[in-house]
Amino acid sequence: MRCWRDASILGMHAGGMTMCGIVGLYLKDPTLQASLGELFAPMLIEMTDRGPDSAGFAIYRDPVSEHQTKFTLASDDPDTDWKALDTDLARALICQARLDIQGDHAVLVTDADAFAAQAWLAESRPRIRVVGSGRSIEIFKQTGLPKDVVEQFKLTSAHGSHAIGHTRMATESAVTTAGSHPFATGLDLCLVHNGSLSNHNHLRRKLERDGIVFQTENDTEVAAGFMTLNLRRGLSLHAALEAGLVELDGFYTFCVGTANGFAVVRDPFGCKHAVLAETGEWVAMATEYRAIAHLPGADTARIWEPEPHKIYTWGSA
Amino acid sequence: MPKLDLKELGVRGVNSALHGIPNGANEPDWLITNPMGQHAIACGLDAPIEVTINGHVGFYCGGMNQQAGITIHGHAGVGIAENMMSGQVRVMGSASDSAGATAHGGLLVIEGDASSRCGISMKGVDIVVGGSVGHMSGFMAQSGHLVVCGDASDALGDSIYEAIMFVRGKVASLGADCVEKEMRPEHLAKLAELLNAANIDADPGNFRRYGSARTLYNFDIDNADAY
Amino acid sequence: MAVETPVTQTVTLPATLPRRSATFDDYTLSEIRRAAATGIYDIRGGGAKRKMPHFDDLLFLGASMSRYPLEGYRERCDTNVVLGSQNAKKPIELDIPITIAGMSFGALSAQAKEALGRGATIAGTSTTTGDGGMTAEERGQSKTLVYQYLPSRYGMNPNDLRQADAIEVVVGQGAKPGGGGMLLGQKISDRVAEMRNLPKGIDQRSACRHPDWTGPDDLAIKIRELREITNWEKPIFVKISGTRPFYDTALCVKAGADVVVLDGMQGGTAATQEIFIEHVGQPTLACIRPAVDALQDLGMHRKVQLIISGGIRNGADVAKALALGADAVSIGTAALVALGDNDPKFEEEFNQLGTTAGAYDDWHEGRDPAGISTQDAELAKRLDPIAAGRRLANYLKVVTLEAQTIARACGKSHVNNLEPEDLVALTVEAAAMAKVPLAGTDWIPGRSGY
Repeated sequence: MRCWRDASILGMHAGGMTMCGIVGLYLKDPTLQASLGELFAPMLIEMTDRGPDSAGFAIYRDPVSEHQTKFTLASDDPDTDWKALDTDLARALICQARLDIQGDHAVLVTDADAFAAQAWLAESRPRIRVVGSGRSIEIFKQTGLPKDVVEQFKLTSAHGSHAIGHTRMATESAVTTAGSHPFATGLDLCLVHNGSLSNHNHLRRKLERDGIVFQTENDTEVAAGFMTLNLRRGLSLHAALEAGLVELDGFYTFCVGTANGFAVVRDPFGCKHAVLAETGEWVAMATEYRAIAHLPGADTARIWEPEPHKIYTWGSA
Repeated sequence: MPKLDLKELGVRGVNSALHGIPNGANEPDWLITNPMGQHAIACGLDAPIEVTINGHVGFYCGGMNQQAGITIHGHAGVGIAENMMSGQVRVMGSASDSAGATAHGGLLVIEGDASSRCGISMKGVDIVVGGSVGHMSGFMAQSGHLVVCGDASDALGDSIYEAIMFVRGKVASLGADCVEKEMRPEHLAKLAELLNAANIDADPGNFRRYGSARTLYNFDIDNADAY
Repeated sequence: MAVETPVTQTVTLPATLPRRSATFDDYTLSEIRRAAATGIYDIRGGGAKRKMPHFDDLLFLGASMSRYPLEGYRERCDTNVVLGSQNAKKPIELDIPITIAGMSFGALSAQAKEALGRGATIAGTSTTTGDGGMTAEERGQSKTLVYQYLPSRYGMNPNDLRQADAIEVVVGQGAKPGGGGMLLGQKISDRVAEMRNLPKGIDQRSACRHPDWTGPDDLAIKIRELREITNWEKPIFVKISGTRPFYDTALCVKAGADVVVLDGMQGGTAATQEIFIEHVGQPTLACIRPAVDALQDLGMHRKVQLIISGGIRNGADVAKALALGADAVSIGTAALVALGDNDPKFEEEFNQLGTTAGAYDDWHEGRDPAGISTQDAELAKRLDPIAAGRRLANYLKVVTLEAQTIARACGKSHVNNLEPEDLVALTVEAAAMAKVPLAGTDWIPGRSGY
């Protein structure tokens, strides 16, 4: 089967865009944290019909100390020599580094300066992509059915405080790991998207001039880049999302994962739905209720829909 | 009452069973358990039966309903009772977007809130919402009645045709060509009848009536910003 | 005091001829004046009229020494096609790969709809409803009827859905990708108004998006509802306009379509803005290969069928569309012409309407002298549905025979065995769009590094 990347060879303009399913789960009850993956994995799998092409999730767990940074790394090259990475980094930057390999992803914890570590990675491991960074976030994403992605990254047995996830039906861009969600937008921040933006090409060019580097043609990465830039400039998450409501044209529901919770926003048209449910133990968000249905107490949860053009946040997001 | 467990039968199994019921069958009451937010549950029914669904349903539950009464003990996803022709669909919880979209007849009752575009392009259905409705409700509504006991969000009744809307609470804003109209005795009587049919206790005297100003019925360039 | 004037000789100085602007040509000037005078944008029927690369820019190679032709009329060349075999319990089987496109009762008279059904049935193919619902005449006279499921859902009801042989979810139309429909007040007769649940005589705006789903992920759920309601029997078509055919076709498949109907910008409409018709969308020729590529990438070519429409006129067009990978084609404008649309016998009346036979496209005004695009009872009576249906059947048979003639000449015992390699292009543009070599060369622009 020929890869969709051929679209560009066939003379077609690869624009980006995604149709998909979004899920998010925030555990209010800390005793549930051991079973986060067990609760969350079925949510992702239930959204398979909406996004059979790829899946991904961000999970917040095991925060590292203030002096450390946690990177999630990914490689499209099956021959990547992960083993030498931490020792090489430790030697080069005279620091401590610990690597935990998970499929074609790896989680690197280091006390090196975050910028220096990232620069070293770019220089000495150019084929390895940094997909997320912060103190507690870990991002895993891969092409294929959600159930395979869940299995590959052992999501079901994962613990943590909260997670957001995404299943993707690629519309105008390639089915690749890099084009999968979530997209990192800063330390401990990431974004998933359901819908289709209509002005992301202009915006990408503008953001590139402001120093944002893009890896894909995906519209969501543009939204993520927009958030990254605004957060970097010191805007609060709320303010950055508000700016997004002004600048981003088209149809979207965004879910943003933060160190302490998540945020949800829908465009003013309000065509890409979302449903929220809350009990004393958890808050869940999904494109469709069926992704929430299996959670304990879902039957009696408070269920409502986020209004268009309004920003919702949980935790101290 | 015969019980259909959706977890066991799947949507296809449940709908096949309901579609297979002959008109005049002597078992009029059916119970669906474990709906788990699945889509298209009890859609395309065409028999005078009563279906109770215990739990939350996904998109298009009761879609294109004819004759049947469907009661959902839970929340309903997008397009509840879309294009309903006759019968009655009742949601005990809230409903998502496009509730009763393009429905031609029957009665849709939502005891909680309805989300955006409630009654979009409605073509004769009566919709009674116990709570509030989201933005763009009654968009291009052609005929029938939309009763909102709570508030209406932005752009209520945008580009509305001949449908009649009654709202008890606040209206955030009216859409293009939608205006408040005088509540005459026949409207109060109709509203009382609808509230009664929906089994919702509210005083018709507390509602306001909205409908079409009919200025967009034939194209006029000076209305261009309303299109 | 008299001034002495010198004796002069009269000379004609060379002068330039009046020069008309190529940019501001006569048509453009007339449109500016019309817009200024009326304050209404120009609405018309039909598809794009501008010249653009089309099937005429392709030629078949035919058999000679390296390939062997089939004997005309004696050796079989099949034309049958099965639509919807992917998921439907009851796929449609047609004798010919030419279907009649969706056209609404409202846009067309009841007689015209009936004639389309009659003609299609005699010729062994399907016809399609349109925005406005199914009429009894049309269902009665059509052996195979495709029921369109449109954003407005005018006249949409489950009984007709179950009576249909297939369901076509309309996402877009070649004449107006991304646009909704329009039926102006003049055509809203009592019957049309009743079918659409709207007052008589008002403009009917049809929405551009469906009221209860947006995007392919939601369409997947909508398609499953339609299947549930019709017991998984009916093939589900999805009709899209020629905008981003590679991605859109793939998404139709992912959403669960059995058949993709792809309408290029020459495809007609009952009424929309002239500016929309001429400036949005891609030529039919440019849409086919990307759509076929998408189907092949997904391993679904021939499993999910592709119907191409927009400017199909004769058997050569049919054969070329099939050679490029389509499973069937659909016709609208040509079918109307076969019924009697724009017939020069009404020239005097066309003149009175300020136009001429062949150019009449004010279908929205409902004053069609041929009695086709009208709801005026007197005008509509002019069209005899039986005779018009017969004309359509004749035309469909001729077109089929023409396509067979070409297929046989290329050595094919089924028209679907025509291949892109049987074609060459006359122009660089057509070669690039159809991805076949420029005649006399092995050059396909955009391929192999050129």
